[in-house]
Amino acid sequence: MAKEKARPNLKQATIKAARALYKSLPILLGVIVLISLANALIPKSFYTLLFSKIPLLDSFIGSTIGSILAGNPMTSYILGGEMLQQGVSLIAVTAFLVAWVTVGIVQFPAEAMLLGKRFAIVRNVSAFVLAIIVALLTVFIVNLI
Amino acid sequence: MRIQKIKENLSAWWFLLIIIVLAVIVFLIKPTALMPSLTFFWNIILKIIPVFVLIFVLMVLVNLFIKSDWIVKYLGKSAGIKGWLFSIVGGILSAGPIYMWYPLLNELQKKGARNGYVAAFLYNRAIKIPLLPLFIYYFGLLFVIVLTFVMIIASVFQGIIVEKVLEVWK
Repeated sequence: MAKEKARPNLKQATIKAARALYKSLPILLGVIVLISLANALIPKSFYTLLFSKIPLLDSFIGSTIGSILAGNPMTSYILGGEMLQQGVSLIAVTAFLVAWVTVGIVQFPAEAMLLGKRFAIVRNVSAFVLAIIVALLTVFIVNLI
Repeated sequence: MRIQKIKENLSAWWFLLIIIVLAVIVFLIKPTALMPSLTFFWNIILKIIPVFVLIFVLMVLVNLFIKSDWIVKYLGKSAGIKGWLFSIVGGILSAGPIYMWYPLLNELQKKGARNGYVAAFLYNRAIKIPLLPLFIYYFGLLFVIVLTFVMIIASVFQGIIVEKVLEVWK
C-alpha cells in the first residue's frame, strides 16, 4: 500500500483551497446570474395560475415549479404562503417548498461539474420524486394529529 | 491529467460566458429586467461573501488537519449511522446557498466520503434553523415539526437511493 502523503503546511493548504474555489468561481457566478434573471423575469403571481385542483397533479406541479426556481428558502415561504391564501392545496405548496430547496435545475450545471454528472442527475431526479412523497406524507401526518 | 484539468476549468469559464451572453440578449429584448436583475445579483453577492470566507476557512482546515483516513472513518463506506448523523447535522447547520458548498463537498468526495452522505448533507440544507420562526409564522408549528422530521428521514432514503443507483450506473 502506498504510504500516505505528509500533511500540507498552512501555505499549501491555503493555496489548495484557493485553487478549488477559483475553479468553481465561474460556475457559481453563472448560477447567480441565472437566478437573478429568473427572479426579474417571472412575476410572483404567475405561479398560482399554474395549479389545478387535483391534489396529486398539483403536488407534481408544485414540485416542478420548486425545481425550476431557486433562491433563498425565505422567498419560498413567502411565495408558498401567498399560494395557500389563493387556494392552492397544502400538498402542492409543501411539494413546492421541498423541491425549492432540494432540487436545483438552475444549479444543476454547477453540481454536475463539481460533484459529478451522474451524481447530480440521480440526486435531482430522486429529490424531485421525494418532494411529492414528502408532501403527501407530511400533510397526511398533519391531518392525523 | 493536467490537460484534462485545464479543459475542465476552461469549460467552466465558457459556461459563465454563455450565461453572460444569454443575460445580455435578455436585457436587449427586455431592458426593464436589467436593474432588478443587477440589484438582485448584487444583493446575492453581498450575502454570500461571508459564506464564501467561511467555506474558504473550512477548506483550508480540511486540507490542513483532516486526513483521508479520517473521512473514510466518519464519512466513508463503513461509517454507518455515524456517517448519516454527521451528514444530517452538517447539512442542517451549514449556512448560505447550496451551490457554495459544492467545492468543499467535492474535496470530501475526493478524500473518500460516500455519495449517499453527500446527498443527505445536501437534502438537509433544506432545514434552516435561523429561518424556522418565519416558516412557523407562515405554516404553523405542527406543520414545520412534521415536515422537518419527514425530511430528515427522506434525506437518508435519498442518500441510499443515490448510492444504489450510482453503483448500478457505472
